[in-house]
Amino acid sequence: MTSVAQTAQSPASQTLDVRRIREAFPLLARTIGGKPLVYLDNAATTQKPQPVLDTLSRYYAAENANIHRGVYQLSQNATQAYEGARAKVAAFLNAAEPAEIIFTRNATEGINLVAQTFGRWQVGEGDDVVISTMEHHSNIVPWQMLCEEKGARLRVVPITDAGELMIDELASMLGPRTKLVSIVHMSNSLGTINPVRQVVELAHAQNIPVLIDGSQAAYHMAVDVQAIGCDFYVVTGHKLYGPTGIGALYGQRRWLEAMPPYQGGGDMISSVTFEHTTYNKVPHKFEAGTPHIAGAIGLGAAVDFIQGVGFEAIADHERRLLDYATDALLGVPGLRLIGTARKKASILSFVLDGVHAHDIGTIVDTEGVAIRTGHHCTQPVMDRFGVPATARASLAMYNTVEEIDQLVATLTKVRGIFG
Amino acid sequence: MSDLRELYQEVILDHNRSPRNFGPLEDADLQADGHNPLCGDRLSIAVKVDDGVVTDVRFQGSGCAISQASASLMTEGIKGKTLVEARALFDRFHRLVTDQTAPADDPALGKLNVFAGVRDYPARVKCAILAWHTLRAAVDDSHEAVSTE
Repeated sequence: MTSVAQTAQSPASQTLDVRRIREAFPLLARTIGGKPLVYLDNAATTQKPQPVLDTLSRYYAAENANIHRGVYQLSQNATQAYEGARAKVAAFLNAAEPAEIIFTRNATEGINLVAQTFGRWQVGEGDDVVISTMEHHSNIVPWQMLCEEKGARLRVVPITDAGELMIDELASMLGPRTKLVSIVHMSNSLGTINPVRQVVELAHAQNIPVLIDGSQAAYHMAVDVQAIGCDFYVVTGHKLYGPTGIGALYGQRRWLEAMPPYQGGGDMISSVTFEHTTYNKVPHKFEAGTPHIAGAIGLGAAVDFIQGVGFEAIADHERRLLDYATDALLGVPGLRLIGTARKKASILSFVLDGVHAHDIGTIVDTEGVAIRTGHHCTQPVMDRFGVPATARASLAMYNTVEEIDQLVATLTKVRGIFG
Repeated sequence: MSDLRELYQEVILDHNRSPRNFGPLEDADLQADGHNPLCGDRLSIAVKVDDGVVTDVRFQGSGCAISQASASLMTEGIKGKTLVEARALFDRFHRLVTDQTAPADDPALGKLNVFAGVRDYPARVKCAILAWHTLRAAVDDSHEAVSTE
């Protein structure tokens, strides 16, 4: 654990010391075209703190061995570190036990795993899978593929003009043919925080399992999968200040035990003959082949870092940033926010009258400001709001009000060019 | 990074604000749709051809300033030219916006040279080239929508 996290954790510092936090992220010190980097694309990926980088480099320099098979000490240690990371992620999401965490490549793979195992097992012809308009493509396409294969129906819960889930519509869609509800916890393009507990209550009242896509939520707020009550929850490591190529699927043990395996191969088996294969226990049943060992251990270091800072401090800081940024952006002439839910996170999507989002992105980049422009892998959201694209500033624990001022100043430059 | 004014030249801003040859074209001989999925730019280009010569060309759609201005200036640039000449212009334009060593003042391109600045912004090449790809699809009489991806 770094001194940064320890400082932030101590009771004496309730508020987050942004300057010290920033020092832990080496990339934030770099410049772009001679200008200090203002990194506001955290919904796409977050930067990595030094403890994560050190963990990755130490693993490869001193600890690398394959896991679960070697009798030698190096392999034993690597196995302990990998399984230790699973326990850390389980505690981070408050899963009942580490075995309910399956390491995946990312959230997308977590959703595909559920679609290909639970989905192919449970969803049949004439059944329904329920999602919402604000889903990322990764929580649309796997279900479309499944429904096409099975002759099932994909039903889509609409959203309001503010970008909020129409919960009554969701309730009215649920029925005996509904085999799964899969809803995003926090929208990546609108910032909306969905009432996932209420969604689970509505679905469970009719014995319908629920998957929650926590890609965005998990780095903004404390997630408690048992309190939410969901059956599945997916996260991705690279948005949790961790490495790319590693993510996690939480699944309730009763489902994981009953579900067929995902991919076949080594590590997911107990015994193999040409006549018959016995599958390994949960969670290994779902982790075929050598996994991303370094990535998992790096993700463990990342959740340690987040918990060292603490979600109370993170949420408090990000709330103040969101309020400040909302006021500041609304002061830009001709700017309209897309996504104004009452409960939302520090994600600000906007359009500027007479200027396409891509032109905004290019111009602010020349001042070192990195924002996302485009459809954010949520084309149905763009269609819902009748815009081809938005510009999006997404804020994380290390962002500052000065960086928001810099964004607003560059938007003024955009206005200067486009009139 | 080069000066932004090299990219957003006044001619480009003007054609973005007031695109020329914008709107539907009755009785078009050739037509194609283009889409840039990354930005959401969408263009539809319709061409009238008489004896191998472009007698009229119009476009519709929406997109960023670079893609709109590129479509607008392209329609001006190819009207009156033969389809073979239009194809040759495509190649020259492609070099202009992608090749750092190409001259930034190709006489054959005329006003289209305002897009030379795009070569310094690799992420924006697709925006500048979309109209041209779409035109080529129309000329090749492809019925498939073209995509820059």
